[in-house]
Amino acid sequence: MEMLPPLAKGLVTSINIFLLTLLCACPLGMVIAFGRMNRHLVINGPIRLFISVMRGTPLMLQLLVVYFGPYYIFRVSLAGYPPFLAVIIAFSINYAVYFAEIYRAGIQSIPVGQYEAATVLGYSKLQTFFKIILPQVIKRILPPMTNETITLVKDTSLAQVIAVAEMFTIAKRLANAQSSVLALAVAGLFYYIFNFIVAMVMEKCEKCLDYYR
Amino acid sequence: MSVLEIKNLQKTFGTLTVLKDISMTVERGEVVSIIGPSGSGKSTLLRCATLLERIDHGGLRYSNVQVAEDDKTGKCVYLPNNQLRKVKSMFGLVFQNFNLFPHYSILKNIIDAPICVQKRPKEEVVAEAMKLLDKMGLESKADAYPYQLSGGQQQRVSIARALINNPDILFFDEPTSALDPELTSEILKVIRELAMEHMTMVIVTHEIEFARKVSDRVVFMADGVIVEEGPADEVILHPKQQRTQMFLSKIIAER
Repeated sequence: MEMLPPLAKGLVTSINIFLLTLLCACPLGMVIAFGRMNRHLVINGPIRLFISVMRGTPLMLQLLVVYFGPYYIFRVSLAGYPPFLAVIIAFSINYAVYFAEIYRAGIQSIPVGQYEAATVLGYSKLQTFFKIILPQVIKRILPPMTNETITLVKDTSLAQVIAVAEMFTIAKRLANAQSSVLALAVAGLFYYIFNFIVAMVMEKCEKCLDYYR
Repeated sequence: MSVLEIKNLQKTFGTLTVLKDISMTVERGEVVSIIGPSGSGKSTLLRCATLLERIDHGGLRYSNVQVAEDDKTGKCVYLPNNQLRKVKSMFGLVFQNFNLFPHYSILKNIIDAPICVQKRPKEEVVAEAMKLLDKMGLESKADAYPYQLSGGQQQRVSIARALINNPDILFFDEPTSALDPELTSEILKVIRELAMEHMTMVIVTHEIEFARKVSDRVVFMADGVIVEEGPADEVILHPKQQRTQMFLSKIIAER
């Protein structure tokens, strides 16, 4: 029982990582998606390379680069650079890249006739995107976004590599101190409940958009 | 003054010239059908007229608004965007695939653009939309969503959507090509009714018999040029050009 308070504290940190990452990655992904879809090679070229690198290397490595990079690569020592901030930066960029590809798939799956009908009716480009295209995109991308969101919950445990005291870090510490895997099992249960709630919320969102096809 | 005037229009995609020097006028109350083989440029002509494609050379005028014309250097210049938006309320376009907005109810599909784009008062637009739905026999479907309607019903909604701004002219791009034969007739009936009300219409169609019956004038296009045009009966029953004869005999032979 005495393991619950520290685990709960760790869980709060995990939830913070999760929420802040979502908050940053969702809009950032939109920016990357539009860069990727830009027809000028000077814009879409670098973005493609960036996406390729971010998807092709481990998130754990990216986390280390973001945290230790300033010092070991650029010899800049940032006094008081909190590991938590490094986690948010690394996670946000990594997830934004995945979100961007999901957005792109969603946007490109909307039939060109929708744009044409909107154009003929006089909608501006912004109106067309926000009123006609985006609502349909959101409906289509919800299932893959649920996948990514659930993966993000589990990925928060990677923050342990730069000693952020999230739930997994604490569970491991407790397990070592008590020579028992009980703390890890409880942490596992917490992750499962967390994801169960995430999946439920996302399913609810899908249901809300069920009124049209 | 004619409702639509197209003058020496040229349109090129890459190295392919799709429309070569097309000139055409449509008078108020006139129904014009454009027929011709696939790839003849008839759909592209409609897309140029409805501002979905930019023309490379030539002129485009709606009533008293010159939408595009060549300047002194021969470059085709369009009106600025804010004025083009106004021009877009002067015509309506009915697509082959309806292109209704799936996330909007039937009523919202019709009223959203007039309210949000043309800034017309909501009550007036709703009342007019209900009248149009009534005319299309769809008054009970106002709150339904497009997926709940048959193809023919969806196409009637898209006709209502095109009519809501009281356009001077209505364009149809193969309005029955995506429909089952039994649903085709309900659309043709609507178009015939509009013709009786003297709605100005330009119809790209493969329904030759329908084109003959409903239109005042038929334009036959092939390879990016207007090969022949004239009164409907004359062009379809007694074509003068060999290219027209070939096309029509092929279609009749298929029947």
